[in-house]
Amino acid sequence: MSETRQFCSFYLDHLLFGIESQKIQEVVAYRELRPVPLAPASVSGLMNLRGQVVVALELRRQLELAERPAAVVPVCLIVRAELGTVCLLADEVGNVLEVEEETFEPAPETLSPRLRSVILGVHKLEGQLMHVLDTDRACAIHAASLAAAG
Amino acid sequence: MNDSDDIVKEFLVESHENLDRLDRDLVDLEKHPSDKEILASIFRTIHTIKGTSGFLGFGKLEAVTHVGESLLARLRDGQLSLHPELTTALLAMVDAVRQMLARIEEAGNEGERDDQKLIATLTRLGQSASPPPTPAPEASSRAHLEPPLPESSPVELPPETATPIPLDVSAAKGPVQELPRTVVELSSEPPAKPPEPPEASSPQPAAGQSASESTIRVDVGLLDQLMNLVGELVLARNQILQFTKHTEETGLVTAGQRLNLIASELQENVMKTRMQPIGNVWGRFPRTVRDVALACGKQVRIQMQGQETELDKTLIEAIKDPMTHLVRNAVDHGVESPDARRSAGKDPVGVLQLRAFHEGGQVNIEISDDGSGLNLAKVAQKAVQKGLISADQAARLSEREAANLVFLPGLSTAEKVTNVSGRGVGMDVVKTNIERIGGTVDLQSTPGKGTSVKIKIPLTLAIVPALMVTSAGERYAIPQVSLLELVGLDGEQARKGVEMIHGVPVYRLRGRLLPLVYLKQVLKTGPPESAVADDAPTLPEGGFERVNIVVLQADGRKFGLVVDEISDTEEIVVKPLGRHLKQISVYAGATIMGDGKVALIMDVLGLAQSSSIVAETHERARAEQEQARADGAEVQKLVLFSGRSGSRMAVPLSMLARLENIPGADVERSGNQWVTQYRGQILRLIRISHALEERRNLPDSNDILTLPTSANLQVLVLEDQGRSFGLVVNQILDIVESGSGPQSAPTRSGVLYSSVIAERVTELLDVAAILATGEPYEPIPARAASAARS
Repeated sequence: MSETRQFCSFYLDHLLFGIESQKIQEVVAYRELRPVPLAPASVSGLMNLRGQVVVALELRRQLELAERPAAVVPVCLIVRAELGTVCLLADEVGNVLEVEEETFEPAPETLSPRLRSVILGVHKLEGQLMHVLDTDRACAIHAASLAAAG
Repeated sequence: MNDSDDIVKEFLVESHENLDRLDRDLVDLEKHPSDKEILASIFRTIHTIKGTSGFLGFGKLEAVTHVGESLLARLRDGQLSLHPELTTALLAMVDAVRQMLARIEEAGNEGERDDQKLIATLTRLGQSASPPPTPAPEASSRAHLEPPLPESSPVELPPETATPIPLDVSAAKGPVQELPRTVVELSSEPPAKPPEPPEASSPQPAAGQSASESTIRVDVGLLDQLMNLVGELVLARNQILQFTKHTEETGLVTAGQRLNLIASELQENVMKTRMQPIGNVWGRFPRTVRDVALACGKQVRIQMQGQETELDKTLIEAIKDPMTHLVRNAVDHGVESPDARRSAGKDPVGVLQLRAFHEGGQVNIEISDDGSGLNLAKVAQKAVQKGLISADQAARLSEREAANLVFLPGLSTAEKVTNVSGRGVGMDVVKTNIERIGGTVDLQSTPGKGTSVKIKIPLTLAIVPALMVTSAGERYAIPQVSLLELVGLDGEQARKGVEMIHGVPVYRLRGRLLPLVYLKQVLKTGPPESAVADDAPTLPEGGFERVNIVVLQADGRKFGLVVDEISDTEEIVVKPLGRHLKQISVYAGATIMGDGKVALIMDVLGLAQSSSIVAETHERARAEQEQARADGAEVQKLVLFSGRSGSRMAVPLSMLARLENIPGADVERSGNQWVTQYRGQILRLIRISHALEERRNLPDSNDILTLPTSANLQVLVLEDQGRSFGLVVNQILDIVESGSGPQSAPTRSGVLYSSVIAERVTELLDVAAILATGEPYEPIPARAASAARS
């Protein structure tokens, strides 16, 4: 009997990603964000989450994927990470998936270094692959972009 | 199981508090050995701990506190008098108790430990009790009285000491034998004791805590949550109030008003729950001072003032370590040894003073000692040695700058590394820790007189009054603490008010130059205005409709922040920015506005630092000012300006009546002079380039007579002995204070001397001589010479 794990799945640039569901506090609709001048590029802004000020990170930029088309309204995944509560912006939220441990495989060597540092591996699902995010790393700001922000 | 856990937990919390008090009491007692109240308080504390630990089955804890208690009983009864060894032993006992409590907290048991040595010491001290000279005769005389006395109050006695005795038996033999004597002593002075028996005789401490009945313990996390909820409530209220503005329904309006009042009051009171007196942190300092002083063979007295000064709980936590470090440092490095103090003609007992008070919405804390002060030369030398600054920089340091070098990481001037301090870590940590909570540290030292560290921190981090401004369409909050005034420039003023000094925009605020910082530029949300400007006084971005200047002060430096719009002041609830954005120094946090939107809170100090012009010009001016003050030299304020060739010159500010901008068109010619109509009088204008004898470029007569071509002349209106005239200069730079810097002989006539001011060689003008050169019937030599040639 193999162990199963629960993931909250979502899409970014047509790719399927997953974050362990217990790390997700909630998923909320996109709302106006307060931009933060001088902040690293992947910081989209600040969000008022019921009185709490939460940093919203653009996952596409965090993962160095293509920019989201303007027509796509993102969703906000509220994640409990090492650095506190963080809002991750994704294209679309998917189902909660129960996956078996044995379908997991570490990320291939050929993946871009940035992706490989954030992705733990993939789960081979029927018809598609689900990228498993390292939540803490995905919620942390990449050192390079920090340096760029000065 | 859970119940007993709770009891243990309560016991721990209570005991920790008690131990802190114990430290303080013991040190106090050393100073006033005869103070019965203090002794009684100490005795009660130990007794309480002993009683509870026995009840909870912590045998080792009980054994240690027991011998301590017996010793204290003898002290209380005057059979022993306090001496340092005894205090040390008692403090060691307090430490042992503390360790055991810590262990109980972590592991739930007292751990494997051997306190035999401590117990033996305490027992020995309690028994051998070489009865000190004074109390001894008393004791013995009482002993003689023994037989008749018991009759007086034999019935009262047993309950008082009965409880300790049965518990004692297992622990040590010595004290038990002493007890009878104690009993007699007690009986001999019943009037002094009455307050004690009820507590002493109650075996369970919980019953004795009458003072704590009106207070309860609340988890800080719960308070924080409450705070957040109140913040939310305030926002909801604001929204409701917006609605009630547009309604006619009186019922709703009144309800809205009531809600408004209640929410405000609730907010205020919840805030108060987080306030604690600073005395909570200071409580343990007497002990710290005593220990450190003893370890380095010094005598130090601690004085505290303003213990009741309240500040936010989180701040109390944040300043605990930095303050402890400063206190230890003051004793270890600041105060000299008794011998050294005597030979310096000081009281051998050093004084460490702690002072706290509220001022301008901030908490001020001062830690000063009356020691030898810093050896500034050595500090600078050390900094050079460690490569922290260059020798060149060191030579140019002001006294104040040198003193503040100690805050650099890796610098320690202690001759030898002691176990207390001197390892070169600490002062920099102190500084960063205090700056992290929005505070400032400043160190001042007077050789031979002592060192004083001043800390300023905000009262609370949770709610602050702030000014709301708009820049590039977004709102920002500026904490009111750093706000000095608001200046609005309209139309003509807006176009002419902002001038440039070497590409740096400035505004003349009541004749004083105020460096300007454009918020858009700092945040890189707008065009870089100053890029346009060169040396010439060009306007930034060709004319604004209106220039809004927020005059701010950060760390003693003034600057103007230019924003698009200034709104209202509001009480804002400060929310942390989260670690993602911590490294952006210009923000202090974020807040949620009445409409539910997020606004950023500016960090004024960070702003000042990120726009280096402010740091450079003003820090320097300030350092000089401080230096002049420290030197005790006569401080002279000077107006600094540049001549045509860019060389620096200055005149005393005392002679300056006004700074004026005179349009070139208003200048008229009168004889061989420039004049202008100024305030109903004729003001003579003297061009600085003409007044001073310049050997190479002798002005020709044409030059003298041509009227100015430039649109605007910067003029210093000077007054000397009732006569006034205008000095036309190239650029007005700044107003600085100057002390007795090195002076050199004048390089030309009209100059008093040359000196280094603001790091540049500057000529100080002889106003009287220049004025004399401009007298109508005494043409100046230069002019006479040129006239002769033509």
